[in-house]
Amino acid sequence: MMYAKPKGLAVIGGGMAAQALIEAVRKHDSELPITLYCGEAHLPYDRVRLTELIEKGADVSDLRLRPDEWYEDNKIEFVVGERVSAVDTSTRSVTLGEETREFDSVCLATGSEALVPPIEGIDRDGVYLYRYPVDCEMIVEQAEPGARAAVIGGGLLGLEAAKALAALGCDVTVVHLMDRLMERQLDQPAADLLLAAMKEIDVEVLTERSTVEIMGDDHATGLRFADGETLDCDFVVMSVGISSRTDLAKEAGLTVERGVVVDDAMQTSAPGIYAVGECAQHNGIVYGIVAPIYDQCEVAARSIAGIDGESYGGSIPSAKLKVMGVDLVSVGDVASGETVTVSDPEAGIYRKLAVTDGKLTGAVLMGDTRGYELLLDKAKTGAEVINPLETLSKASEATAAELPDTAQVCNCNGVCKGEIVDAIRERGLTGTQEVVAVTRAGAGCGTCKSLVTELVQIETGGAGDEQAYLCPCRKLTGEDIANSIREHGAQSVSEVAECCGATRECGGCKPGIAYLVSEINDNRHREERHARYINDRVHANIQKDGTFSVVPRIYGGVTSPDELRRIADVADKYEVPMVKITGGQRIDLLGVKKENLPAIWEELGMPSGHAYAKAVRTVKTCVGENFCRFGLDDSIATGIELEHEWEGLYTPHKVKAAVSGCPRNCAEASTKDIGLIAVEGGWQVRIGGAAGASVREGDILVTVDTKAEAMRVSTTFLQHYRENAEYLERTYGYVERVGLDFVKEAVLNEESGEPERLRERFRIAKAAVVDPWLERNNPVHPKQFSELDSEPALAPAGPPVEALIEGGSA
Amino acid sequence: MKPPEAAVGTESLPQGAIALCLEADVPFGEGRSVAMVDRRIGVFNTAAGFFAIDNDCPHQGGPLSDGILADACVTCPLHGWRIDLRDGTVKDQSETVRTYPLEVRDGTVWLLQVEAE
Repeated sequence: MMYAKPKGLAVIGGGMAAQALIEAVRKHDSELPITLYCGEAHLPYDRVRLTELIEKGADVSDLRLRPDEWYEDNKIEFVVGERVSAVDTSTRSVTLGEETREFDSVCLATGSEALVPPIEGIDRDGVYLYRYPVDCEMIVEQAEPGARAAVIGGGLLGLEAAKALAALGCDVTVVHLMDRLMERQLDQPAADLLLAAMKEIDVEVLTERSTVEIMGDDHATGLRFADGETLDCDFVVMSVGISSRTDLAKEAGLTVERGVVVDDAMQTSAPGIYAVGECAQHNGIVYGIVAPIYDQCEVAARSIAGIDGESYGGSIPSAKLKVMGVDLVSVGDVASGETVTVSDPEAGIYRKLAVTDGKLTGAVLMGDTRGYELLLDKAKTGAEVINPLETLSKASEATAAELPDTAQVCNCNGVCKGEIVDAIRERGLTGTQEVVAVTRAGAGCGTCKSLVTELVQIETGGAGDEQAYLCPCRKLTGEDIANSIREHGAQSVSEVAECCGATRECGGCKPGIAYLVSEINDNRHREERHARYINDRVHANIQKDGTFSVVPRIYGGVTSPDELRRIADVADKYEVPMVKITGGQRIDLLGVKKENLPAIWEELGMPSGHAYAKAVRTVKTCVGENFCRFGLDDSIATGIELEHEWEGLYTPHKVKAAVSGCPRNCAEASTKDIGLIAVEGGWQVRIGGAAGASVREGDILVTVDTKAEAMRVSTTFLQHYRENAEYLERTYGYVERVGLDFVKEAVLNEESGEPERLRERFRIAKAAVVDPWLERNNPVHPKQFSELDSEPALAPAGPPVEALIEGGSA
Repeated sequence: MKPPEAAVGTESLPQGAIALCLEADVPFGEGRSVAMVDRRIGVFNTAAGFFAIDNDCPHQGGPLSDGILADACVTCPLHGWRIDLRDGTVKDQSETVRTYPLEVRDGTVWLLQVEAE
């Protein structure tokens, strides 16, 4: 018996749909012959990133979805730069030039083309579409800084083009027919937010303008609107919409309405002929965004490979975008149904849900898109929503672990959480980049990469990536190195390097080891400045231009006219470019030259504020009982006392503290590493709070009766953290990792004797603290504060450091 | 670039060599910079010897002489780009940093050649 050799599949079109289809087919059948006909001169590229061709001067090859080798490895035959001229539905054959070939199945993925409205003057020079790389090339040629660009069309593509042109320095005006931008995705408040963002990058917007003529002689010089007004411009970019490319299908006799009509198997009116993507019309709908296309391709691939599976029931359109620098998610439709809205226009945040018959049918998330994976999944699965407002607020707190496996993590490449988790488990992946390479999640716009990292961390129990090693070169953890220091009695970083080989290859672990050496030796180690960051070599914070910032210690945020005068005088004398009040109630002198640091410290006559170091930074205070009507206790005195007690000690990461005089908590003590809050009849001590990159409410460690007890517990915790946290682990990370109970046992159980031992070690370490700014008079090296061709503004001629310490300014 | 060796004998330095600094001007394990012709050069005193490279990080111009040193590489203090002092290659990046041949003789660090690009 003989089998006919399979003739395989022809895919017509070279866009994202064609690529997605091929990848979906290859998942089921690695041998089926596939021929890809790309009408454009390139293999499939990421059209979503088209704007990069203008904005970043990228080349189409930078946007390619897969390299040449991939097609070779996957046995995909391809033709580029030539268009198929005919499809015969009876023989399922494809004609290209002179040649006609028969296939088992044919899939149309011809996409769409830009609409060209019949406006007078549309054919003038200087009028461009925004659709293909070649369009972008022509646009870039015109887009000189200062050139006036008119973009007709305020939809997604038009706005992207506008932003790219603005980035090149063009003077851009967007002209939109409707009363608001992106009216298909956004309601009025969301569109207003977008408008504000556009103002910020100086892009003008004209809404409700119908362009009736592009004026000019040979070359466009302006637009004329229906109301008679005009707009001068040097060139025009048209982006008013797209229409399905259906010529080939029509000529082949297939049923075509707005797009090529397909059934639930993605088959057209002719057996064996399929259509996917922007050229296809399913159930009356043509989808113009990328996410639904992946659903279609999955179904079409199964039909082509002859595998049973779910049929296509339509998609809830969804898109996750960055428009004008604003993060935006649009799911389904928010124009109908019952809606709830959370809005903070000042922060640029707008979140809205639409619920119809108890089910989630639409969402718009702007400025804050957290939780969109969860909401999208709810919309897709038709999950019941009882309390929409709660659903909306809960979604923003969802972690990667809480997402269902069906939740789509990567919108660019249509990858679900389940696929990522499977890949991590089955292939034993441990790095984000590995997962990106295998699953393609994160390979598009990249916004989901942090989520991928989170999944890696969850699946590997935190052992993924490089987090665990203090010295990744020698694969040594902080604990390994600490043991080595104790075992060998190492007193310096160099000695540690000799014992275990760390620091020599990349040097990245030096500051961490410097911390360990100092902590384990009770601050009586041998200091080696080469192991410290530049900040700790010159006791100031390096800025982006190589200058430094100076923050003097202002205990509890309480200063005096005298100090303020000295700060003002220094700022004048050394022409400090910026004087800024910090979030921690301090004054920051920014833009100081390295060689001026010693002189500035001398003239300030104030101790270091350690704003550059992993150390206790600040103890913020509120006004407290001395002046405040509500104050229950003396928060200022408490804060000042704590700051004196803690200053100058290095810690695993920076430590920010605050003392509030009543539960109104004006010093924001509940989001500090250590926060004290006076309550009726006592003090609450909170730990592990944060309000930076992470936001976390501090845990209540204990509530005690007296100020003295509160301070003692706080100091005990600080030392516990100094001894037990990993280098660069903030208190919030530490408390979450080890658990509050563990910390309570170590810090509060006085009977065990451990709290007293912690405080004793704290006192010993503190006794060795010296104000580093005193090095102004006695530098550790003649060139500590200067380059080879500069000299410090203050000659190092003063008395030795020890004498000054006894003088008492530390 | 080969790590420079302490000079021996009396052979003369190549023509055009410039005395950059004294050996003692750059603390061990650290770098310092100096203006030279049309750029700043970073001079580094490492366990593998003295090195000189352009001082501006190719990423965003961070001062490499303020970076953390290992035996033969420096990490930019701004965003952590890591540059090999021997050949100027940058870890995980295609950019390179220009390196300059040095010689240390009798406590003085000599730059053997530098010309405008």
